[in-house]
Amino acid sequence: MKSDGVLQRLGRSEAASGLAMISPTAVYAILLLAAPLALIFVYSFLTDGYLEIIRTFTFANYIEAWTNELYRVVMIRSLFVALTVTAVTVLLAFPVAYFVSFHVDPSRKSLWLFLITIPFWTSYLIRVFLWKVILGYNGVVNSGLMGLGIISEPLQWINYNVGAVVVTLAHAYAPFAILPIFVALEKIDRSLLEAGQDLGESRFMTFLRVTLPLAMPGVIASVLIVFIPTIGDFVTPQLVGGPEGRMVANLIQLQYMKLDNYPLGSAIAVSAMLIVTVVSLVFLYLNRRYLRGPGA
Amino acid sequence: MRGGWFKVYALAYLLFLYAPIILLPLFAFNDATVIAFPLSGFSTKWFAALADDPPLHLAVKNSLIIAVTTAILSTALAVFAARASTRYRFPGKAGLMGLIMLPLVLPEIIVAVSLLSVLLMIGVKLSIFTVILGHVLVCTPFCIAILSSAFQSLDRSLEEAAYDLGETSFSTFRLIILPLVMPGIISSLLISFTISLDEFIIAFFLAGTETTLPVYIFSQFRFPKAVPVIMALGTILVCLSIVLLSIAEFFRRRGLARSGAKDTGGFL
Repeated sequence: MKSDGVLQRLGRSEAASGLAMISPTAVYAILLLAAPLALIFVYSFLTDGYLEIIRTFTFANYIEAWTNELYRVVMIRSLFVALTVTAVTVLLAFPVAYFVSFHVDPSRKSLWLFLITIPFWTSYLIRVFLWKVILGYNGVVNSGLMGLGIISEPLQWINYNVGAVVVTLAHAYAPFAILPIFVALEKIDRSLLEAGQDLGESRFMTFLRVTLPLAMPGVIASVLIVFIPTIGDFVTPQLVGGPEGRMVANLIQLQYMKLDNYPLGSAIAVSAMLIVTVVSLVFLYLNRRYLRGPGA
Repeated sequence: MRGGWFKVYALAYLLFLYAPIILLPLFAFNDATVIAFPLSGFSTKWFAALADDPPLHLAVKNSLIIAVTTAILSTALAVFAARASTRYRFPGKAGLMGLIMLPLVLPEIIVAVSLLSVLLMIGVKLSIFTVILGHVLVCTPFCIAILSSAFQSLDRSLEEAAYDLGETSFSTFRLIILPLVMPGIISSLLISFTISLDEFIIAFFLAGTETTLPVYIFSQFRFPKAVPVIMALGTILVCLSIVLLSIAEFFRRRGLARSGAKDTGGFL
């Protein structure tokens, strides 16, 4: 038998084994993720007939979702909140990732990472509720500041509004922002930094011209991994947002569970995903030069 | 001190991360119905109230059934996917893995409403079974992330040696590969159990008339009188998850040490 024949057969059998191996998980994801997503896409073009869905093709749901003032305001607010949370989270997270990667003793890095990820796994609902307690009208911040005599009236701009939503979400997604940046920083060859300084750059310039560009793939991953889920967060706007802080997930829940309007709910969900995808693609395009790998 | 200002900043950041968790026990042991400062006195009555709350006990039972089943199913599915993606090259790999990992970033509400639409269309009654279907979907990517690093660092020659010695591919998997990735599997079981126990939105949409622990907690937030009891419950839950996560972390690191891989913090 010729050797390329053997290779071909091996390649074929490797492909077959791989596909067979992944098939249980893939079938599960196709049936319970891809198919349902396709279904809400179809629903978004159908007509709502009060408690049933009429199979008439229409753009009415999208026209409603994009022109009705109520929905448009919530959509724009969700985008604004998600962008703000992403910026705040990633900017606050970068120095932490930098500290753990560059200044923590290698033997203690795992401990730091563990400490950073623990809050992420613990009782999301209760954590969000506690932010309501911390930022509320009679909350920890207000009663603390009043007890110290710094303010005489409770601050109102920190409770039940978009600001409270931003703080709570920035807290919830912190580990998601830190870990990708940390991984990128860990990959940087430390001799490059020494070379930068040997060639007469200051520490700060070395950071700007060597470290930061090399860390960008991590920063980009952080931005996307925070931005995409944040725009669809339900619990935080529901609990700490108040009526002025409602976001798109609350709107979807309202359409599905209270009003039973699946087609409009689906159109809002699909529109939100579309916006997220477009913003993410634009962001990736703008940063494409950092993603080509070393040497580019 | 290494790091100087960076260290001060990182410690302040940790304080920000832990602020809610530090406050939780303060209010749980506080002898007042209102959740605010100043604290009024020490009391364990909110913990005592937990024992006398049948709806809560039912929710805990449901959540435990869901979390145990989810942990087993999602870890099993993740073993297949992690093994396939680290060991084989095959057509459509990137697309399939992308789809499987998608719930990691997809807003949970989208997963919830799309599954709800399908289940109602084909006429499945909502129950804890339907919650399990959703939870397996969102837990599997985390399990794959943990297991991939375990599978990635396996030495291929061990496997080939087993084949040469006459083992079948199944017995090789059972005798060689499985013991080596066991720490990863235990870690994956614990992490998916913790995620499922804590997951709210999918359970909120898919549980029908059943309640799970987070759904119960969410419903209690509407009643100010019930909140101190929830703080007590939360204190217990946080302690429980920290214990589970520490065990998971222990096994994950043991797995990494066994295979000599680099630590990247686990789930990414």
